[in-house]
Amino acid sequence: MSLAAIPLAAENNPLIPDLGELIIGFIAFAVLVALLWKAAFPAIERVYHERTERIEGGIARADQAQQEAQRTLEQYRAQLAEARAEATRMREEARVQGQGIVEELRARAQQEAAQITARAEARIEADRQHAFAELRSEIGRLAVDLSGRIIGESLQDGDRQRRVVDRFLTDLEDAAGGAAGGASPAPPMR
Amino acid sequence: MRAAALATPVTAAGKGYEPPSLEAFHFKSFFDFSVLGVQFHVTKIVTMMLFATLVIAIFFLAAFRHPRLVPGKLQAAGEIIYDFIRNSIAVDVIGREGVRFAPYLTTLFAFVFLNNLFGILPLAQVPVNSRIAFPAFLALISWVLFNYLGIQRKGFGPYFKEMLFPPGVPKPVYILLTPIEFVSTLFVRPFTLAVRLFANMFAGHIMLLVFISGTTYLLTVSNFSKAFAPVSFLMAIVLSVFEMLIIALQAYIFTILTAQYVSGALAEEH
Repeated sequence: MSLAAIPLAAENNPLIPDLGELIIGFIAFAVLVALLWKAAFPAIERVYHERTERIEGGIARADQAQQEAQRTLEQYRAQLAEARAEATRMREEARVQGQGIVEELRARAQQEAAQITARAEARIEADRQHAFAELRSEIGRLAVDLSGRIIGESLQDGDRQRRVVDRFLTDLEDAAGGAAGGASPAPPMR
Repeated sequence: MRAAALATPVTAAGKGYEPPSLEAFHFKSFFDFSVLGVQFHVTKIVTMMLFATLVIAIFFLAAFRHPRLVPGKLQAAGEIIYDFIRNSIAVDVIGREGVRFAPYLTTLFAFVFLNNLFGILPLAQVPVNSRIAFPAFLALISWVLFNYLGIQRKGFGPYFKEMLFPPGVPKPVYILLTPIEFVSTLFVRPFTLAVRLFANMFAGHIMLLVFISGTTYLLTVSNFSKAFAPVSFLMAIVLSVFEMLIIALQAYIFTILTAQYVSGALAEEH
């Protein structure tokens, strides 16, 4: 295409804008920009903002929940530890108490045993005293009877008779006490 | 290319190959009117531009009018576009403050993209931006925008002082630098912005026309050159795909350069 072929008249020169097109285009574009600027883009910007906030809010909430959970967990742990300590303490108390009871029971049992022993000993002593007294009078009577029969003479004379018997018994006691002590009374009882 | 070159010698034989001319960018007006002496022609191009405006308005309003936290399909599609412009252009180029300009940049991107896309859409088949009036007013808006923001942020004097006398340069250099900066910032910027977009769309459209008209012409010749018609057709398809790339790229470049100029006007002295 030669240069001469390009018409230089304004209406045909592709580099000279057509004023009508320029104005129509400008108006159409200006209306478009104004409309979208007002009605479309602010709304989507708000959504972007809200979206960001949601995400940040979500993260913050998750953080908070995490902390809450941590706090609760610590609380539970503390309670659990406390409960364990309490249980240990109670067990210890029970053990101490149990020991006390056993001690007490043992002491009481020992005391009772001692009492029973003491009572038995006292009764034995009393029986022995009684038997001894009975035996003593019996022996005296028998001895007097016997000696009266042997000697043939009445030992009815009270004073003399008692003196004789007492002397005899004293001798007897001395002999018994010197020879066997406390053991001697047992054989005669059999 | 070869197909087109081979076609030339045959011209003498038949009625001849007519290469696409500037007439391809002139459409008859459906409706004429005049306001204050300015002639308005509602052509195919103007109709497509209005249609694109309507489509963009409906799409973004439907997608973002009642937005949800969890987006539906339409809102998600809108968000992909808006997020791309907002984060990859507005915030990356301008900084945190760029979010303020994301709505404008998104609208600009969508407008340029769709008006480019008509170049390869069936039925439309001509990019709106191949008429320089459209890139021109968009570039004009960008120019007004960055100068306005610069003056608003820094004040009239300091803004132009910083533009014309960049700090950290030896004084004699200003003799050379100041006129260059003046012309480059205030005149070359809007001009290149508009012409880059226009020329890409214009040239792309001519390329497609060459191969498509070449295909139809080659089918009419009666010699073996007819065999090259499919080659020419294939070339047209390949170029359409290539055009798709250019369409997206030019929309992206226009948007990112506008963001760049805004960023430069807002930036503190460095």
